[in-house]
Amino acid sequence: MAKVIVVTSGKGGVGKTTSTAALGAALAQRGEKTVVVDFDVGLRNLDLVMGAERRVVYDLINVVQGDAKLPQALIRDKRLETLHLLPASQTRDKDNLTAEGVEAVIEELRKSFDWIICDSPAGIERGATLAMRHADVAVVVTNPEVSSVRDSDRIIGLLDAKTKKAENGERMDKHLLLTRYDPSRAERGDMLKVEDVLEILSIPLLGIIPESMDVLRASNLGAPVTLNDASCAPALAYRDAARRLAGEQVAMTIPGGRRGLMNKLFGRRAA
Amino acid sequence: MTKTLTDTRPIRLKGRSFLAIVLSPELPFHNWLERLDDLAARSTGFFLGRPIVLDVEGLDITQADLKDLLGELGERGVRVMGIEGARGSLIGANMPPLMKGGRPAGDIEPESDPVAEPAAKGKPAEQAAKPEPAIEVHSPRVTSSIVITEPVRSGQSIIFPEGDVTILGSVASGAEIVAGGSIHVYGTLRGRALAGSIGNASARIFCRKLEAELLAIDGLYKMPDDMDPKHRGQAVTVWLEGDTIKAETLA
Repeated sequence: MAKVIVVTSGKGGVGKTTSTAALGAALAQRGEKTVVVDFDVGLRNLDLVMGAERRVVYDLINVVQGDAKLPQALIRDKRLETLHLLPASQTRDKDNLTAEGVEAVIEELRKSFDWIICDSPAGIERGATLAMRHADVAVVVTNPEVSSVRDSDRIIGLLDAKTKKAENGERMDKHLLLTRYDPSRAERGDMLKVEDVLEILSIPLLGIIPESMDVLRASNLGAPVTLNDASCAPALAYRDAARRLAGEQVAMTIPGGRRGLMNKLFGRRAA
Repeated sequence: MTKTLTDTRPIRLKGRSFLAIVLSPELPFHNWLERLDDLAARSTGFFLGRPIVLDVEGLDITQADLKDLLGELGERGVRVMGIEGARGSLIGANMPPLMKGGRPAGDIEPESDPVAEPAAKGKPAEQAAKPEPAIEVHSPRVTSSIVITEPVRSGQSIIFPEGDVTILGSVASGAEIVAGGSIHVYGTLRGRALAGSIGNASARIFCRKLEAELLAIDGLYKMPDDMDPKHRGQAVTVWLEGDTIKAETLA
């Protein structure tokens, strides 16, 4: 059955788009049909990170407004045939997204994909609330610093109030994806520790992505980090996170960190 | 002609109390309006969009006077949702309904028949069914409480003027709890807690771990910089002694 995931954070620049691309590619590598949807209308980036910027003909807004059919707008990845992109429009703004239009697009995607991953824009306005509205699961991307944590907390509140699931009285599954984590800086107290973030947000941990040059390098090359160099530390962490999303039990580790201790600390809290 | 209902679910009717601001105008009105303008000039937008109840108890005015006053208030952006303390004959059609004890009094007193019309307009069934449960809810003697079983997230506010608020979880930075009674937080209090908000000096704040951005009891408040650092991160009870906010670590 299709699952709709929203990747959201409130704050900008914490790694939503990178995480969307990396998780999407990792899920597609499992052989499951995956589409990543860019909701950041007006400031689209996902096409760049996916390396598909020169292949965009129609976009989400064209589909929402009925100017194009969904299959015309979907871009199939050149590296992975199970991976698809539905790009955002760069020339429009978020007012062009309508609740009915978005619902229709998501419903249509549900029919032909196993995973629908929505890359939310930053902020708590229309674009962000429409991206989360039809989600079954939320991945809350957070950096280990106070402003990101507080913004994530705000978004978690909105996930429990403004989504279709919440309005139907159901509970939205929420998972924390801690990105740009640097174990040595956290040890020195320059960064919030994993347990501090978990204590404040009190949602289950999906994964810890270490701070790494590999992430930026992959973005600049137009490849999800999980496809660019499958053996680097962030790629391994994203792959584990994707496996947990798919329901597998994977012990929590910080690549480069002290494995045994981290297992003890977070193994039971892992999603 | 009979109509068949396809959806037979009952219409939900509930009693609910809201905190409204009561304005008590004084005679002569032009003088009072001048003073109101002065107040509005000093705090811009104070009345904007707030529900206002007009208390005309003891004023010797005619229906025309009241109509003029409502017109003047309307021009100032003051939206009157109800009128308190008025004789039934004072309120004409198209005026806000008469309110008594905080509930619409339209069809309780038969002699105030002209009142029932504007109040009941369009919703006769609701009006007829409503008054009884409302009495219970509005009674000030009933002490009530609510329990929140989830963490209170940044940007959320829990406002409960009727009584105590208990939270099983943490209150995040940027969240606020406003209670008429005491506030109990079984978790970390990082946001703002305002207890005794409608004038209850005996209200208290309890929390398992104090990291609050603001603590207030009965309108007196304390910022983190004024708090004793030894209470930070501790299980604490906060209360009011005279005009000072006191805190003590819970054993």
